[in-house]
Amino acid sequence: MIPTILRGFVGHWRRNPLQLFTVLAGLALATALWSGVQAINAEARASYDGAARTLDQGLFDRLDDPSGASIPFDTFVALRRAGWLVSPVIETEVAGVTVLGIDPLTAPAGLAPATGPQGDAPQVIPPERGVVWGAEATVGAVAAALDPTPETVILPEAAPGTVLTDLRLAQRIMGRGDVVGSLILLPDQPLGRPPLDEVAPGLRLTRAAGETDVAQLTDSFHLNLTAFGFLSFAVGLFIVNGAIGLTFEQRRGMVRTMRALGVPLGRLVAALAVELVLIALVAGGIGVALGYLIAAALLPDVAATLRGLYGAEVGGAVSLRPEWWISGLGIALAGTAAASGAALWRIARMPILASARPRAWSMASGRGLRLQWAAGLALLAGAGALALWGEGLAAGFGLLGAMLIGAALLLPGIIDLVLAIGLGRAEPGLRQWFWADTRQQVPGLSLALMALLLAMAANVGVSTMVSSFRLTFVGFLDQRLASELYVRTDSPGQAAAFTDFAEGRARAILPLMSVDETVAGLPSEVYGARDDATYRENWALLAETGAAWDELGRGAGVLVNEQLARRAGLALGDAVDVGPAQGLPILGVYGDYGNPIGQVIMGEALFRSLWPEVEPLNFGIRLPPAEVPDFVAEARESLDLPEQAFVDQASIKALSLSVFDRTFTVTGALNVLTLAVAGFAILMSLLTLAALRVPQLAPVWALGVGRRVIGRIELARAVLLAALTTLAALPLGLALAWALLAVVNVEAFGWRLPMYLFPLDYLRLGALALLASVLAALWPARRLSRTPPAELLKVFSNER
Amino acid sequence: MLLDVRDVRKSYAGAAGPVPVLQGISLTLGGGETLALTGESGSGKSTLLHLIGGLDAPDDGTIEVDGTALAGLGEAGRARFRRETVGIVFQQFNLIPSLSVADNIAFQARLAGRYDPARATELAEALGIAAQRDQYPETLSGGQQQRVAIARALAARPRLLLADEPTGNLDEASAGDVLDLMLDLVTATGVSLLVVTHSDQVAARMGRRVRLSGGRISEAAA
Repeated sequence: MIPTILRGFVGHWRRNPLQLFTVLAGLALATALWSGVQAINAEARASYDGAARTLDQGLFDRLDDPSGASIPFDTFVALRRAGWLVSPVIETEVAGVTVLGIDPLTAPAGLAPATGPQGDAPQVIPPERGVVWGAEATVGAVAAALDPTPETVILPEAAPGTVLTDLRLAQRIMGRGDVVGSLILLPDQPLGRPPLDEVAPGLRLTRAAGETDVAQLTDSFHLNLTAFGFLSFAVGLFIVNGAIGLTFEQRRGMVRTMRALGVPLGRLVAALAVELVLIALVAGGIGVALGYLIAAALLPDVAATLRGLYGAEVGGAVSLRPEWWISGLGIALAGTAAASGAALWRIARMPILASARPRAWSMASGRGLRLQWAAGLALLAGAGALALWGEGLAAGFGLLGAMLIGAALLLPGIIDLVLAIGLGRAEPGLRQWFWADTRQQVPGLSLALMALLLAMAANVGVSTMVSSFRLTFVGFLDQRLASELYVRTDSPGQAAAFTDFAEGRARAILPLMSVDETVAGLPSEVYGARDDATYRENWALLAETGAAWDELGRGAGVLVNEQLARRAGLALGDAVDVGPAQGLPILGVYGDYGNPIGQVIMGEALFRSLWPEVEPLNFGIRLPPAEVPDFVAEARESLDLPEQAFVDQASIKALSLSVFDRTFTVTGALNVLTLAVAGFAILMSLLTLAALRVPQLAPVWALGVGRRVIGRIELARAVLLAALTTLAALPLGLALAWALLAVVNVEAFGWRLPMYLFPLDYLRLGALALLASVLAALWPARRLSRTPPAELLKVFSNER
Repeated sequence: MLLDVRDVRKSYAGAAGPVPVLQGISLTLGGGETLALTGESGSGKSTLLHLIGGLDAPDDGTIEVDGTALAGLGEAGRARFRRETVGIVFQQFNLIPSLSVADNIAFQARLAGRYDPARATELAEALGIAAQRDQYPETLSGGQQQRVAIARALAARPRLLLADEPTGNLDEASAGDVLDLMLDLVTATGVSLLVVTHSDQVAARMGRRVRLSGGRISEAAA
């Protein structure tokens, strides 16, 4: 029976191909944006997992030197002899690829590759040439750069941008056969071994974190992407909801007739459900394919972002991973169910003798509008409560969701109110009809207008957030990168030679020395800063006690970055333990944008007293900018330092800004796509309504208003509604920006950014939205203005 | 002569080629005259009314209303003709749902630049819908809606009133009332009236009667 019923339904789609297209396109677009984002996330997570497997990130306990210096090979031997099951690791770089040297003999299972160059055991390594394991492209690049060329083994699942080598080859690359970078502790250690302090004093033990560091750091980034994907999906659903609602209304007569002919209601509903599932699967399939294309287009920028922000390597190619295409089809089915649930429910409850005439689909009842008002206000109140009392990132996103959906629900009522005012002031006649008729169209267009509101608000909010961030970041770079030149040396000896050289030539030499420590329970970097005017003059503190820099110079306290202060709940004057030092008061808090972890700055003297073994290898050099080239040339000549050891201020700023800008390329692209979907929603709604408009417009035409005039009025109507929506989107977008800057960013990244306004950007965006609505309204208006008189006449008579 | 229809022909595209609807219709109507156009379904009555009202154009022949030849008018000219020269009352009323009764009555008159509040009030009172002036069409009965449609058509002071089955959607009592009122107003205002109707009773109230059959005039009587 169900196939017979479905045949009847197919006839509807055949006669209304535009409706079918609207449903399929809306659902496909919504699914595309969602699954595109999911594909990116899945790819990134797979890369993190690969990296974790390859780089032992967070999976094993490890020993290293707190100053970042290498560990003598003898220490490794001493530990092994004492019964400690440790395995050496060296990390270096060749041809822009991270090279990780391991000892396959002692490496824990899961870290060492399973096969050697001849498909044999990995321990069988040609002693002269060595072996490189990794993905095809990276292995090729590394092998080509080495002489003699090593054996290569392709590991398809290897982390992008990284290769494994045997330890000896890595030592040869570094030119240091007597050291290793760090030591991995195997999970099962024998009992009765001597304490670590006795065998290898000075080494630091870092416990395995379980989840990889990179995965933890990038969670917020992926959550942001997911939120954007979901917003785009919601915008797409508005299209589907409208189209399916209309379809069901138009088939009320058919459903009533079928029931009168003896089709049980349950079968009818089941047939409708089957039809919806088929539509969802087809549209979902198209959406997943489009999502693949979107992901493929955006992934290189996302990879660059993750590399720049978090140092996380993500491959640039998208794979067809089941987790995202299945989730794409799933969300298409769920979206269809959400969009059609109410309509299906109405059909299921429709009495057999209900009117066959379509309900006034485009007319919302007063009760419905009141309910919408109430729900909208309740959601906004909820958003307010979350803003005041909510905690955590989930509350931040809850605030965004409640605010956006609440405002969207209020939009039709607000527009109706404005139109009612316009109607009250309109000159009677055609203008009065224009306002009155526009008001009547609002319910039919409300879903599309809501979609436009969400897309516009997201654009205003996100662009305000990004532009505010950029302004702050540029100022921050000016503060942070005050030194005209940055120099990196490779060893304490080279560092000492360099400082001797720079004394007298430079106005100031600022050693950049740091150790990794856990501060207030959070992983942090601790820096020692020389007491120099550079810091006082350039660094603006977000909060400080009086004479913070003087106190810092005297070693009477520390400065902490904003994210550490927020995450650990630290305030000025609070005491923190930093490494061996107990109860150092916090003298100030500074902005540290782009850094995912905590940071502490203390005076140089205090730092050196706490970590005397740490020798500074990097330096900031203050000297007149014009003297930088000569300084570099002389230093290279005198000290035999490579070109890469010197980075001037302009280059590092340009690099930082390019990383920043690329970071938000993805956001910008999603913004544009969401706006395009909203434009499509308007087009589809207007096209769908155009057929219903003929009976409404025919009397006006008959009373003497030409078709061209009617077409122009229809266009003006769409532009007016889009303009009102745009106006409503501005305050909503600014509220969104505030929530992103003051709540979500603080929770996700630990820093709060000042909010700046960009009126010209908003004007441009408003013009773009109006242009989109004009383009969307042009075709339906043109169709209406060209409606043949014969079509209009059908409204007036059933016979000729 | 207010209306002069000469040898008008009209056909519509059908699956098997053009289907002739009017095959050489000629008729005239003087100022203040009333005429009933009758005939069975498909005889071409409504098509002829639409052609006279400037809603459609004939394939052949000429139509002149108050000295204006419709063939010479473009899209804009026809729109102007409809709002200034004729008033049309449709079987389905075709009121504008977003406007109140008062604004519906005034609508065409305002378009034509002839709105006179006193006349609108007078018409509403004469048609018994003054109490509903602030209501919207959806709240009115069929008879009331048709009265609003008549008031709207007459408020613009047309030279010719065209009515397509004006009582077709009304019960007998309402139909009688509406017809009486329309005829009273036509007499009072001196406007000419052309009514398309199936009803012999309605046709009998008109000054002349023309019967169409197969797209031709089969009978004309005073």
